[in-house]
Amino acid sequence: MSKSIVMAREAIHISKPTIEKMAARRRTRQRRELVIESGLFLAALVSVAATLTILAVLLWESVGFFETVPLTDFLTDTLWTPLFDDAHYGILPLLAGTVVTSAVGLLVAIPVGTVSAIYLSEFASLRLRETIKPALELLGAVPTVVYGYFALLVVTPALQRLWPDLPGFNMLGPGIVIGIMILPLVISLSEDAMRAVPMVLREGSYAVGATRLQTAWRVVVPAATSGIVAAYVLGVSRAVGETMVVAIAAGQNPNLTWNPTEPAATITAYIVQVALGDLPHGSIGYQSIFAAGLVLAVMTFTFNMLGHFMRKRFREVY
Amino acid sequence: MLRRRKLMEAMFKAVGLCSLALAVGTLGLLFGALVVEGLERIDWQFLTSFPSRHAAQAGILPALVGSTLIMLVTSVVGIPLGVAAAIYLEEYARRTWVTELIEVTVTNLAGVPSIIFGLLALGLFVYIVGLGASILTAGLTLALLILPVVIVTTREAIRAIPVQIREAAYALGATKWQTVSHHVVPYSAAGILTGVILALSRAIGETAPIVTIGALTFIAFLPPAPVTAQPPYISFEWLMSPFTVMPIQMFAWVSRPGEDFASNAAAAGLLLVVMTLVMNGLAIYVRYRMRKRVAW
Amino acid sequence: MIETAYTQDWPKPLKAESRNLSFSYGLGLAIKNLSVPIAEYQVTALIGPSGCGKSTFLRCFNRMHDLYPGTRYEGEILLYPDSRNLLARDVDPIEVRMRLAMVFQKPNPFPKSIYENVAYGLKVRGITDRRVLDEKVELALRSAALWEEVKDRLPAEGTSLSGGQQQRLCIARALATDPEMLLLDEPTSALDPIATASIEELLLDLKQRVTIMIVTHNMQQAARVSEWTAFMYLGELVEFGLTKQVFTNPSKKQTEDYITGRFG
Repeated sequence: MSKSIVMAREAIHISKPTIEKMAARRRTRQRRELVIESGLFLAALVSVAATLTILAVLLWESVGFFETVPLTDFLTDTLWTPLFDDAHYGILPLLAGTVVTSAVGLLVAIPVGTVSAIYLSEFASLRLRETIKPALELLGAVPTVVYGYFALLVVTPALQRLWPDLPGFNMLGPGIVIGIMILPLVISLSEDAMRAVPMVLREGSYAVGATRLQTAWRVVVPAATSGIVAAYVLGVSRAVGETMVVAIAAGQNPNLTWNPTEPAATITAYIVQVALGDLPHGSIGYQSIFAAGLVLAVMTFTFNMLGHFMRKRFREVY
Repeated sequence: MLRRRKLMEAMFKAVGLCSLALAVGTLGLLFGALVVEGLERIDWQFLTSFPSRHAAQAGILPALVGSTLIMLVTSVVGIPLGVAAAIYLEEYARRTWVTELIEVTVTNLAGVPSIIFGLLALGLFVYIVGLGASILTAGLTLALLILPVVIVTTREAIRAIPVQIREAAYALGATKWQTVSHHVVPYSAAGILTGVILALSRAIGETAPIVTIGALTFIAFLPPAPVTAQPPYISFEWLMSPFTVMPIQMFAWVSRPGEDFASNAAAAGLLLVVMTLVMNGLAIYVRYRMRKRVAW
Repeated sequence: MIETAYTQDWPKPLKAESRNLSFSYGLGLAIKNLSVPIAEYQVTALIGPSGCGKSTFLRCFNRMHDLYPGTRYEGEILLYPDSRNLLARDVDPIEVRMRLAMVFQKPNPFPKSIYENVAYGLKVRGITDRRVLDEKVELALRSAALWEEVKDRLPAEGTSLSGGQQQRLCIARALATDPEMLLLDEPTSALDPIATASIEELLLDLKQRVTIMIVTHNMQQAARVSEWTAFMYLGELVEFGLTKQVFTNPSKKQTEDYITGRFG
């Protein structure tokens, strides 16, 4: 070994740079690093810019809209007919459509999602979980326009067998499909919440003789409540913003009703309907989709912030 | 008493399995419906024809080309931006209010309904910037849409690289950017790739924002070719061309009455679903392989 | 504030020296007022119970703390022969790290080939000449007593080696750039006794060409490999002296208690 050391000591030494050379190199290096960091920072700022631009565009066009339409009409009128000669601008019918389809979706997604999540977190074998989770991911990846096809041409006809009076366009079919669409989100977020509950709590429950089911219901679910509710809230946000399913299968007519078997347009469906037509830039019809979009954005921003706040609080507990 | 508890437990297990079966079964049902209705419609004529008023002569060629070109724009813009932003947030950002703001907006953008991105694009790209309802507009819109997905998955992948690896590089005299570009990014490449594939699979199926910017549903021509016979041989005219994409073509067919158009829609849907499933399957596979060969 | 007991013998010549060095992060003061001389071409061991700040002290020498926000140095670390204060404001940490190499507690080879691992420091310094790289890599691997084991599989992943080999690879990686000092942060704590012995043997050879500082929690190791020992406790230097003297005839009770295993 000592021979190798001798060799090493005789080795060509990398010539040590002079002080001036080192200073010059340092300047180049530091300048390059600064340029790169600035570039990366600008890329990170794109998200901020996009968010601000979304708000600015929605507000800007909405201001034009509200110059024509009084806010009280917008909030209280029960008709939404901006494209008719006798124009009414009440957001309520569109809002009702959005609320009803989302509610139907939640009635499907919350029970099925919660039970599935409990099963996956507390009962399923590792192998089952490893198989189901990718399948759920695939379910969440199917394009929404395909779900729209499914709602209109598979689910609604099936419902019509049970319920012959159901019209071809209705809110029930698309609502159910929305529920299935948001299932993967609800399941995976609530399962995460339940699995974050420490083993110690479960062991405490088993130690006093509780079954798995009792432990799940009385210990795990209560401990994970805020995480599970956060999953529901984020699910609501997704349901409210869903567009293609309702645009295809729920009908295009604004209809102030709470009855899911009737057809009705949602906020999102209205935007699609107008966009498909040929409205001149700056017209009241053009501005109306931004006003509708603003309502939608406010709703989803609120739900998202609420959901993330709850999730964060939940994570802090465990 | 014990028996009742056991019974309850068995019942719950059955209900749980049924719930999962409903979710997974729907996927099967959906796929089955598309296959039954659309599979026999997919042939060479369908893939190479333009849209037509006659369902049997209609095809999906412009939509295929449009989707491909838009994915190209989206990838070129969205992936570098997202990866760069993720690198900044994980490796460079100090805990300041600006960082906090960036993080909040990323989280928020991830939850913004896609149609709102469409309104953003309509107001900004189409009218203020004046790009019109072009391939460029659509590509940029979808790039913004996938940005949060790329950022979040890239950050996760980067975070999995142990701090010891970074310290090893720094201790040898590497600069921050050398550490990032020689080590952090290459070692997290598989994770970043997973995120990119998932993001693109989402983008290719997006309909609402593209409808909102005013994409046409009936396009009987192809965009100008990117390669020309005259110098400089490369043309970017296609970026400003009107277009249609697969999901919009499907939407147009679903909206038309008649059994024939329904099977066109199913055929387009089948192609779309197969594409997204293949992309997702690939992502799941890459992630699985990655988990198997973790070095640390 | 305790008063440090210094040995009567003073190392000469000096390779480096910390003068009244304090280091803090967040609100707490991690090390206080440390003055330690480092003898050239010898081994200086830093010992003390866990949490005493010995690794923190070592990491001041190549400015590793600069990677994390909220850290502050006071005092100076002088590197000879040019008496450069490594902590001075106008000194770029990268220049410091180019002169002082470090080996960590857990072997941390890059998931790259053995060759690329060793050559990385040279590449960072802008050396691309394949002949120079080949020669330097071989020399470094020989110096780390790893050449015979890996010469036929230089393109293999560094992570495919055994733990002891990985640590020697990390030492080769550190040596490849001809550093003036080698900082070792508990380099054998993750290794088995046989691998540990081979690394210790290696250190005895290496000190002929490079000044070594080693943090260790293993008293026998300190006694075996080092000429000088600094004993730290609660962020302060309790005693510094010839290893022989510190271990056989410590001047402070705390040192004696720690060395004889009464606490730590």
